[in-house]
Amino acid sequence: MENIVNNRIKLELLSKGENVSLARITIAAFVSQLNLTLNDLEEIKVAVSEAVSNSIIHGYQNETDKFITIIGTLYTDKVEIEVADNGIGIPNIKIAMEPTFSTDPERMGLGFVFMQSFMDEVRVESKVDYGTKVILSKKINSTKENIAVS
Amino acid sequence: MCLIMNSKKNALLIKVGGDFDLVSASVFREKIDKSLDETMCKHLLIDLSRVKFIDSSGLGVILGRYKKIKGNNGVMVIYGANPAVEKILGISGIVPLINVCRSEEEAWKIIDKTEVKEV
Repeated sequence: MENIVNNRIKLELLSKGENVSLARITIAAFVSQLNLTLNDLEEIKVAVSEAVSNSIIHGYQNETDKFITIIGTLYTDKVEIEVADNGIGIPNIKIAMEPTFSTDPERMGLGFVFMQSFMDEVRVESKVDYGTKVILSKKINSTKENIAVS
Repeated sequence: MCLIMNSKKNALLIKVGGDFDLVSASVFREKIDKSLDETMCKHLLIDLSRVKFIDSSGLGVILGRYKKIKGNNGVMVIYGANPAVEKILGISGIVPLINVCRSEEEAWKIIDKTEVKEV
């Protein structure tokens, strides 16, 4: 039941700041196919924004000619959004995910904190010099009437 | 993203609008720092009522300005955040540091109190 893919979207975007809003708005429109609350939508937007911003700032060190791949999947009971880059990777994921850890003094190191606060699960896969993949998932309170009777 | 600025009583008031993310954060940082330097204002008020979206990039700029204002013994007040923005502020832990209130009127009261104390 839980692994049935109801719909999927794949986006490839250049690592430009302008594409952060494009990514979160596109994903928000995509997940709107489900009966989510406005609050859920806002939370997903923030999480996507953080993951894509991280790829640009940290993964690609603000280089704007690289690609970020975003795959959104709607399952019967959850939404999963995968944000992947081929950037520098994270040497120590555990440390990177700690609040207030940031390699940039103007930033607060809150990216992962928001992702974890707003999503039910945040998985990070990373290899130095190969890139990082962040998988965000959020459970859906699937009200029975949303699911087409088959 | 739009910015409206004016200054009075040694305070700079900034009204931010739209989405406050990676792109707008750098614009905001530059403009606000330039205005603070030009007006030599000590205090800073930020109206967030027109902000529809904020993430850690936007928050980072707010925190950065707070550090700057505090370093100059000034007071910073943010007001008018919608519930979604308020939630983000809450999780970030900046609320105990920065004065957060509902309206411009309340924000000016906080500034007035500080100015009176100093006189």
